[in-house]
Amino acid sequence: MVNGGVALRLRGLRKTYGDVVAVDGIDLQTSTGECFALLGPNGAGKTTTIEICEGLLDPDAGTVELLGLNWASDARRLRQRLGVQLQETQLADKLTVEETLHLFRSFYERGPAVADVVAMVQLEEKTRARVGQLSGGQKQRLAIACALVGDPDLLFLDEPTTGLDPQARRQMWQLIEQFKRDGRSIILTTHYMDEAERLSDHVAIMDHGKVIALGTARELIASIGVDHVVEFAIDGALDVAVLEHLKGVRRARAENGSFQLQVTELHLAVPTLLDELDGRGIALTELRTHSATLEDVFVTLTGRHLRED
Amino acid sequence: MKIETGRRSFFDHPQVQLTLVRFREFRREPEAVFWVFVFPILLAAGLGIAFRNRPADVLKTGAENAQLASALRTEKSLAVEVMSRAAGERGLRTGRIVLLAVAGPSGGVVYRYDDTNPDGRTARLLAERGILRAAGVRDPAPESDSLVREPGSRYIDFLIPGLVGLNLMGSGMWGMGFAIVDARRRNLLKRLVATPMSRAEYLLSFLFSRLALLFVEVAVLVGFGVAVFGTPLRGSLWELAVLCILSAFCFSALGLLTASRVRTIEAVSGLMNFVMLPMWIFSGVFFSAERFPAAVQPFIQALPLTAVANMLRANMIEGARLTQVSGDLAIISAWLVVSFFVALRLFRWR
Repeated sequence: MVNGGVALRLRGLRKTYGDVVAVDGIDLQTSTGECFALLGPNGAGKTTTIEICEGLLDPDAGTVELLGLNWASDARRLRQRLGVQLQETQLADKLTVEETLHLFRSFYERGPAVADVVAMVQLEEKTRARVGQLSGGQKQRLAIACALVGDPDLLFLDEPTTGLDPQARRQMWQLIEQFKRDGRSIILTTHYMDEAERLSDHVAIMDHGKVIALGTARELIASIGVDHVVEFAIDGALDVAVLEHLKGVRRARAENGSFQLQVTELHLAVPTLLDELDGRGIALTELRTHSATLEDVFVTLTGRHLRED
Repeated sequence: MKIETGRRSFFDHPQVQLTLVRFREFRREPEAVFWVFVFPILLAAGLGIAFRNRPADVLKTGAENAQLASALRTEKSLAVEVMSRAAGERGLRTGRIVLLAVAGPSGGVVYRYDDTNPDGRTARLLAERGILRAAGVRDPAPESDSLVREPGSRYIDFLIPGLVGLNLMGSGMWGMGFAIVDARRRNLLKRLVATPMSRAEYLLSFLFSRLALLFVEVAVLVGFGVAVFGTPLRGSLWELAVLCILSAFCFSALGLLTASRVRTIEAVSGLMNFVMLPMWIFSGVFFSAERFPAAVQPFIQALPLTAVANMLRANMIEGARLTQVSGDLAIISAWLVVSFFVALRLFRWR
């Protein structure tokens, strides 16, 4: 497939459930061959957006164009070219991995052999195992395999690693990176900022049904104008306003008894901070620094974290 | 990776794959196999044994003295024992005897028995005949017995077609309802409609698998009736097959309707029982539906299971042709068509 074409184009997309506005006027465009991530907290409208794209929900307003086609006139052709992994689908427990894939393969006119798909998601040893006996990570890889049996041009992955342990997540990431190398277009939703940073070419940050930031991960992080984040906790009390005037500090916030500084020059900010605390006779109990992430972008834009836990 | 295109084998056809899935899920669910195949046989065997036709029981009676006892003994169906009045009263209370004959005033006889107990009433009539015969009274008209015990008129013959109908209802409704609600609950229906799968082929897969299972379940139950109880099969087997298929599709459509929107197993179980309970009670599977008052008969006769049980009995016991059960066929067809189209209108794939 030629890179650079339009994989997905959304215009003025809107969807409400009663009084709740799930998707509030979204415009997006993604290119073929790229991995595009919708990043946002639970309830941001990511799943509603992706299910409208998948033709499973009708929008109240707006248009959806996929691979130059639309649901109203090309539904049959589109279904043949899309691969879909839904959030929270439990495949039939009583069927084996092989039987499940054979079933899904039968719906598509073209695609790889079942054995090849099994190999791709590394479930060879589980070919004849019942779905009910698979681990969470294996079930999720089977769900991805079901999305691949039609050799899709566009792959939708809705929270592919939610609920997986760290090892299973890393395996899933390697799998998705493999799809990227194969040149497939991918639309991915996630509430893990590291997942979006690692996998996506472009990221749209969503909150309350709107896209609040759009760009590459690097651009988004650069947009908040800070390179690093310093987090610390102290024994005693301190006014946040004091911290904002320290050299190299761009923004300061207090939360749950600890402080967070967004800094432009780490090598200046940390010594200044330590001097300041020392001068006030305040003991430092914790100090951490990390490079700015998409999480920090979200915090800067909304004042909240992606995952409130 | 190699991409396959073009024509594929029979087994790669989605209709074949979907139907195979139905078989696999059924076969791997031991409870389903039990309810569809084993339970009806256990029920038929149990009821067949409980209600089997036996030689009439000998009724135990008491007589206060030897003279009364010898008069009663002229009746072969009475087992007579001489006992004191006190022992006799105790025997009546405990059910050891059903009637006690005591000497009445002026040489007469007094029968002590519970007139709400059919055995007591029977013993009363037999005892009276014995006493009169002993007193020298001749039968005013010659009488003789001709016993009715041939196949086709026994309870088990009535029961087996009813059980076949009941089984068609149970497996049709549960088979459809449970599988669909389970798939919806798992978001599997939604996942399937996100593929190019034909929705018609999905629903047809239920009918195809039903056809095959139907053949086995009817054959097992009817075969059991024929082999063990000698149940008659007087109608055309082809027509019996037509009746069973139509009935099965009717109940599948009803199951589809019941399951068309429900999202949880608990809700669909309640709804299924709500739909099936009136038929369990009124449709005349275990006893004739005619026993209910005339005022509710139109309602009872319009129930699909009543029509199915009537048709199957007419075919198996009376050897009726399809044309002779056209009224019941019309009822079943109406249920099938109406349920199916309403179900399609209501059905939720998500």
